[in-house]
Amino acid sequence: MNATSPSTTQLPLYLLAHGRAGDKGNTSNISVIAWDQACFDVLVAQATEEKVAEWFGYRHPNKVTRYVLPKLKAMNFVLEGILDGGVNDALNLDTHGKGLSFWMMDMPIEVSQDLAQTLTIKEYAQSV
Amino acid sequence: MSTLSSSDSAQRPLYVGCATGFSGDRTDGAGPVVDTLISLGGGVLNFETLAERTLALAQIEKRKDPKMGYEPLLADLVGPVLKRCLDHKIQIVSNFGAANPQAAAQRIFALAREQNLRTPRIAVVYGDDLTEPEQLKFLLKKLGSNIDPARVVSANAYIGASEIAQALKEGADVVVTGRVSDPSLTLGPAIAHFGWAMDDWHKMGCGTMAGHMLECGTQVSGGYYSVPGQKSVPGMDRIGFPIAEIRADGTFSVFKARDTGGLVDDRTGREQILYEVHDPARYLTPDVTADITEASITQEGPDRIRIEGIQGHPKPAELKVNVCYDNGYLAEAEISYAGFRARERAALAGETVRKRIGHLLPLRVDLIGAISIFGDDAGELMSKGLPESRDVRLRVAGVHIDKAIAEKILREVTSLYCCGPAGGGGVRTSLRPRLDTLSCTIPRESVPCGYSFVEEQRA
Repeated sequence: MNATSPSTTQLPLYLLAHGRAGDKGNTSNISVIAWDQACFDVLVAQATEEKVAEWFGYRHPNKVTRYVLPKLKAMNFVLEGILDGGVNDALNLDTHGKGLSFWMMDMPIEVSQDLAQTLTIKEYAQSV
Repeated sequence: MSTLSSSDSAQRPLYVGCATGFSGDRTDGAGPVVDTLISLGGGVLNFETLAERTLALAQIEKRKDPKMGYEPLLADLVGPVLKRCLDHKIQIVSNFGAANPQAAAQRIFALAREQNLRTPRIAVVYGDDLTEPEQLKFLLKKLGSNIDPARVVSANAYIGASEIAQALKEGADVVVTGRVSDPSLTLGPAIAHFGWAMDDWHKMGCGTMAGHMLECGTQVSGGYYSVPGQKSVPGMDRIGFPIAEIRADGTFSVFKARDTGGLVDDRTGREQILYEVHDPARYLTPDVTADITEASITQEGPDRIRIEGIQGHPKPAELKVNVCYDNGYLAEAEISYAGFRARERAALAGETVRKRIGHLLPLRVDLIGAISIFGDDAGELMSKGLPESRDVRLRVAGVHIDKAIAEKILREVTSLYCCGPAGGGGVRTSLRPRLDTLSCTIPRESVPCGYSFVEEQRA
């Protein structure tokens, strides 16, 4: 992690996005869905394959692939080999790795002070 | 519908509701879905009840009793809505046949008789089950596996929407399947309704993604979504199951059953459209390679979203097969510690078990309340430090092919009552046979599938 410059601050990813984890075999996919366009732009720049691989490093992913979906203001991360064998082989209570979306949600993201001031835990209502 | 000519009715949207997202889901979701479908002039009702391993468990039940092996809660799911579905021509399409679609069909006949309803026309889809000795031999060779075929519990191909569509076109009231790809439960009805060609890849992609949005039940309508204070969902105790309105051009909308709790918005929709997707340009099913890279989700109204921009490419050449086999025993045992130095006591208890039996089998140790599901089996995360906690539950888990060795985990954790650290309580233990899955793809010609209408067999 770079030293934080005064014009930026680190915030957990859940202030910029929400997401869900799914599994197929020993592979987990975790969506990261931005709350808005400003958050999406920051996440595309910051939540790189390398950074996510490092954040999940203790699970030793074989490969991390990021798919960017601008129309959905979302990214889909596919993390291969992180489920200790997956639903059949893992001894984890959560063999599917369903809770791993919330590990992703804690990943620190560097955000400008201006944007940071607008980001708090708040209720996001339906947009109608 | 009957007053319209077939070409007119094909231009009407098709409504497909889904009342379960897995075996074990709530069983009371169908009523509001069916009532909503009736108010919309009819439609199709899906129940999705087959996770990867559900079918293996069903095979075990069928071996014990040839009349079992279908969804155990079938009567709870179908019973309350069968009359309304038959009265209003709402066709039921479900994989609740599991390992025994024929027996499931007979159970539905019996339900209709018990309720004095007309005899439904029931079609079963067959061909997914590949447990004949010749087929198993072929599969194990393909998998390069040397496991004893006697250990195989189930072997099933994921088949597509074609048989479902044909059975519906022939007037089935109920289509019972075993293993089909989940989205095919929705795509099949769309093919039957609109007359889409099965190589119209765009339409196949659209119908498939409509099915994808529905197949996990409430996961698109407010289930599996809520974070209090951030993503609130009203009425989670009575969440409405989803319904798709599929149009002739392939665009579709998703909403939920009327007079229910839950939430459908562009956020619940985006979480579900990406659920269990890998490459968004290549979502593979037996029917199509669906592509959501250009998909958009927009809020059309309260609790209603519109999905556009789905693309489709030719279907994969081969079909996916899962082979499930017996592979030893999973042992799990837990004991709790609370208060002063609870975390240290729980950790000491775990170390104690490791010292005694860690040489016999690999053990996983969790400190529930400090680090558990985030942790990896090797304990790397835990080794980096534990948060303070005053209420910790030790869990020790392991697998062994030899039941007697797996059982040692249970005995060692139980004996912590006397021989372990101070104040341990609440031991629970469980020992279960473990099933493993192998997957491969095989040529479509190796999976001759079809459908047939079933006669009621009175006992």
